[in-house]
Order: sequence, then structure tokens, then C-alpha cells
Amino acid sequence: MDTVFLLAALGMMVSIALAMIRVVGGPTVLDRIVGVNVIGSETTVLLLIIGYLFDAVSMFVDIAIAYAMLNFILSIGVTKFFLRRKGRTLRSDKS
Amino acid sequence: MSLLSWIVTFFLMAGVFFFIVGSVGILRFPDFYSRLHAAGKCDTLATALVLGAVALFGLRDFDWNSFQSWENLRVSLKVMMIVLFVYVASPSATHAITKAAFIVGVEPWEKRKRNR
Amino acid sequence: MERAITFSIMLVFWILLSGMFDFFHLSMGIICCGLVTFFSHDLLFYSRSGRNWFRNMLGFIIYTPWLFWQIVLASIEIAYIVLHPRMLEIIDPRLIRFRTRLRGVLARVTFAHSITLTPGTITVNMNGNEFTVYALTQKAAESLPGEMEEKIERLLER
Repeated sequence: MDTVFLLAALGMMVSIALAMIRVVGGPTVLDRIVGVNVIGSETTVLLLIIGYLFDAVSMFVDIAIAYAMLNFILSIGVTKFFLRRKGRTLRSDKS
Repeated sequence: MSLLSWIVTFFLMAGVFFFIVGSVGILRFPDFYSRLHAAGKCDTLATALVLGAVALFGLRDFDWNSFQSWENLRVSLKVMMIVLFVYVASPSATHAITKAAFIVGVEPWEKRKRNR
Repeated sequence: MERAITFSIMLVFWILLSGMFDFFHLSMGIICCGLVTFFSHDLLFYSRSGRNWFRNMLGFIIYTPWLFWQIVLASIEIAYIVLHPRMLEIIDPRLIRFRTRLRGVLARVTFAHSITLTPGTITVNMNGNEFTVYALTQKAAESLPGEMEEKIERLLER
């Protein structure tokens, strides 16, 4: 069963790497925010799988809860911050 | 392997598949709004599947008399709470980002042939 | 009354999260739950009449499994579109606007939430009773507002 969990963790690492391409090379700021949001939710799940592999789910689940909430607050906060200085950021980033 | 292990394996693989589809989706789609489709939906389902598998696997040999089993049950409930939270929060985050894009005025991608 | 129920729900939640039963952790929990109850006791029980609130919650609980099934369908459709070699020929994105006849706040939020989670559509903006929805394919655009609005109206309104 350990092998299955390890394979799942590997698959999610691949998925995070793919999303990272969008974060690094996204044409606008909003694309980067979407990429970071996806990476955040994958990290939440990855933390629990790591917790299983180290046989300490009861400890890692608390970190995962905190991470899920932080991820939500992060995307809302960054969006708000971006809206306050809208237009300028989007255009200068497009070049 | 027992039946539970097969179910957990299936859930894990399906979840990882949807995560990868979501990532490929945000790479392949032509414009910003459709990228959010891939991000918002696939992530919600994949999180539910993988976390459901982890929560189910925590209950693999449940024993009414051992304290450790009840502790495992509590941990599984906490994991399901994360699922519930993501289920409510992920569409809200998606909507916040979409609305920001709408206010800034990001143009949706359109098919060239549809100009009649 | 409201405060007492809110406080006990919070305390059950705290015990579930912490799992410690010694004096220090329990007193900590009681202090925190008291503070949260003091600041936000009117958030959970927003409605004046108890029957109305109970009805709303029951409708919401019945509605959730159906919504989950819709997410499964939506993800499978997205997976099909993403992995299709000639993706650009299938999709035909468009912005559509329509008015809804739902009145309650909870019903509207649930409706926006479920539009985002059902196949091929996401809510872009919600202004009063006018929704702006981005649809990925033409089929998805035609399916709105559709049966979902009726379902929500039956379960959450009246």
C-alpha cells in the first residue's frame, strides 16, 4: 500500500510542476494567481499523503487544515490587492 | 490486497488523474476564463477523491474497544472537514478571481469563424 | 438561546479538532468559543423564525449530494475537452447574461456556487438578480438556468 501512496505523491509532484510552468510564464498576473491557487490545493493533499507515509496523519492533518484556509485567504487577498491597482499591473506585465 | 485497499487505490488514482488533467488544462486552454474551468472543477473533485481515500484508509482495521481506533476516526473526520471546506471555498476563490478579471476587462477568447 | 446553541456547536467542534480532555485545553476552548460566540452569534442563525431556518438547512443538506454528482460529471467533461487533440474546435466560449427569479440570499449564493460547479459554466458576476455567466460550449450555454434553478427554488425558497 505504501507503493500506491508513493506513486500518487509522485503523480501530484508532476502535476505541481506542470502548474508551475503557468505560474512562471503566465501572460498576466491573474494567470499566475490561478496557478498558485492550484498549487496550494495540491500541496494540501500532498501534506496528508506525506503524513500517511511518515505514519503521523494526526499531526499533518492540522497543518493541512491551516494550509487549506491560508490558500483560500491568499487567493482572495491577492485578488483584492490586485484590484486596487488594476489596469497598470495587467498592461505592464503583458509585454 | 483486501477490498478496502482496492477502493482506496482506485480513489487515489482517479484523484491524481484529475489533478493532472487540471494542470494540463491550465496549460492548454487558450484564454483566462477557460483556464479557471479546469482549475476550479477538477481541483475540487480531485481533492475530495484523494482526501476521501486517505480518510477511508485511516479506518482500515477499526476496533470498537481500542482507543487508537477512535483516534483514527477523529482524524478521518478532520480530513473530511477539509473536504467540506474546499468544497465551499474553492468556488468562492474561483469566483473572486473571475470577478477581478471581469472588472479589469480581460477579453474572452472567441472563435474566428463566429462573426456572422 | 441563539448564543447557547452557537456556543455548544463551537465547543463540539473544538473538542473534535483538539482531542485533548485535560483542564488546560478545555478551559482554553471555552474561552475561545465564548469570544467567537460574543462576536458572531448572529451569523449562523440569521433568520428570525426557527421553522424557516430549519427548512433552509434541510434543503441545503438534500441539495449537496446532487451537487456533488454534478461535479463528477463536470470534471469528466472537462477531462474530455482538455485531453482532446483538437480542443480548439470543440470549445466555443461566450459570455451570457440572464435574470434569476430566486429572491433569498442563501438561494442566490447557492445558485452561483452551483453554476460554478456544474459542467462548462462559471459565474463571472452577480449584480442584484442579473447573473453573468461564462459558458465553455454552446450546449452548456443553452442549459441555463434550467432545472437547477427549479431545484433550488423548490428546496430553499418558500
